Amino acid sequence: MKKKKNKGQIVLHMVFLVLMAVYILPILVLIASSFTDETALIQNGYSLIPSVFSMEAYETAFRNPMKMILAYGVNIFYTIAATALSTLVIALLAYPLSRDTFIWRKQLNFFVYFTMLFSGGLVPSYLLIRNILHMDDTIWVYIVPCLVSAYNVLIVRTSYWAIPNELVEAAKIDGARELYICFRIIIPLSKASIASVSFLYMVDRWNDWMTSMLYIRNPDLYSLQYLLQKLLREAEALKNYAAAGDASAVMPAETLRFAMALVAAGPVLMVFPFFQKYFTKGMTLGGVKG
Amino acid sequence: MGTKSKPRYSKRTIRESLSMGMLAIPGILLLLVFNYAPMFGIVIAFKNYKPLKGILGSDWCGLDNFKFFFTSQDAFRTIRNTMCYNIAFIVFGTVASVSLALLFYHLHSRKAMKAYNTVIIMPKFLSAVILSFLVEIFLHYRFGLFNQIIKALGGAAIDWYTKPSAWPFILTIVKMWGSVGVSSMIFYASLMSLDGGLIEAAQLDGANKPQQIWHVMLPHLIPVIVIQTIINIGQLFSGDFGLFYQVPQNKGILYPTTDIINTYTFRALQDGNFARSAAVGLAQSAAGLVMVVTTNKIIKRISPENAMF
Repeated sequence: MKKKKNKGQIVLHMVFLVLMAVYILPILVLIASSFTDETALIQNGYSLIPSVFSMEAYETAFRNPMKMILAYGVNIFYTIAATALSTLVIALLAYPLSRDTFIWRKQLNFFVYFTMLFSGGLVPSYLLIRNILHMDDTIWVYIVPCLVSAYNVLIVRTSYWAIPNELVEAAKIDGARELYICFRIIIPLSKASIASVSFLYMVDRWNDWMTSMLYIRNPDLYSLQYLLQKLLREAEALKNYAAAGDASAVMPAETLRFAMALVAAGPVLMVFPFFQKYFTKGMTLGGVKG
Repeated sequence: MGTKSKPRYSKRTIRESLSMGMLAIPGILLLLVFNYAPMFGIVIAFKNYKPLKGILGSDWCGLDNFKFFFTSQDAFRTIRNTMCYNIAFIVFGTVASVSLALLFYHLHSRKAMKAYNTVIIMPKFLSAVILSFLVEIFLHYRFGLFNQIIKALGGAAIDWYTKPSAWPFILTIVKMWGSVGVSSMIFYASLMSLDGGLIEAAQLDGANKPQQIWHVMLPHLIPVIVIQTIINIGQLFSGDFGLFYQVPQNKGILYPTTDIINTYTFRALQDGNFARSAAVGLAQSAAGLVMVVTTNKIIKRISPENAMF
């Protein structure tokens, strides 16, 4: 019986190893291509192992380090600012929604919930941000319009509900006010749930390309992902980036795109396995009643 | 209950509610500006919008913008694509993620399960732009892996990015690759709550593995599958803009099979057809609202604890 069980497990692991290959191989080819010599790549195509190893693509990518630092800087700044502000606003908004004693709870709940059911759509938001708020072509357009996601508010509110009511009652008997309860009891005890919502939000911000596409014209304010999209689609953008003032420079066009892809995706790919616990939690929290 | 008069709140309750309400103000203001204000902007869908005249100054044109879309051939194409892709995603996604959850459930080693899981949810952390790179690795006409294999086998290279008939398959596979990891976790969580005694009883009765899966595990999962499917049907008219815009690289020749409502409205906006884009967006939002409210009513009837409202 034991032996049969082991055999089953081995088959299972084999199935998973094949699956792993399906997920990891494309990434490996991406990495290998960025380290391949340009002419070798044009001759042999993409492959798992560089036929001729070369760092030229990365040398070109970092030829003008200021440009790279600026591109990273924009992404890092708006990602951190948006995540910090969004976490704060959502953690606060979820609090009255979670309390029975808040007399306008029903109304506020509907107010938040309705934004999930119906939206004005792309055009009205676009005209609002461009023509009325004039946020286009500023860094704020990455941060302010998307701070409150009703879905995240409802997830955080649900996690507040999980805190035993006795804790709140005991604090009230001791004379604690609602604000004290919010900041000293509820939010500290919900740190893990808030963190998982924030982590997912942070990844979404880091990976944002649509905001740049819609609102940003100044190339210095492009997000990394949008810069990458431009490099993928437009030979001209690639040339501008690689030349960086040095028009005579030779450009490894194909491999440079892959180097840039890794530069843009690398941070998230390297960080997420360490925070997987939070990510997993955040993703399954969505299954909880809103 | 009915005879009770409206509850009168004590001064203390009102005071406490006011201070709690203060906490909500930043969030309320942001929602008012960025979610509610645009809802009034939908009047533009009924106007002959001229940027110089502004939204309020432009002339009304009734349903002309809607007529323009619904009588064009684009309407049929984008609505068909949006719905058919969503149906394919629901069917294949459910089968794939339930199977994956069952595979995870049978793994004995927690450590191995965690490692595999980490890899399978990885696409969640890749942007649509990176996704389009990864797809290009396979499909590039000159350097792509598929054409390398085809050529090695003596075939002629295929130009995937000019071949609309291939894209329903490509996009479905890419979507599955990107999403089954996360969606399998919901089914896995449900399997973890399955009473181990039931499986032991089945084993004692001589049920083999497939029989255990068919008669014990799948019936346990059915409520979750039904709920997830209904929720997804509620999203029938919405689309994953990143997937459909980035992965086919916005190539016009592929529109017959890759253009969905979201990519259509985006292009209309880019071309400066604000009012037409808004009209299509409004039709989509309205259809979405009806779908979600209807599906939620159904869920409320069969499983109140899963209803959203």
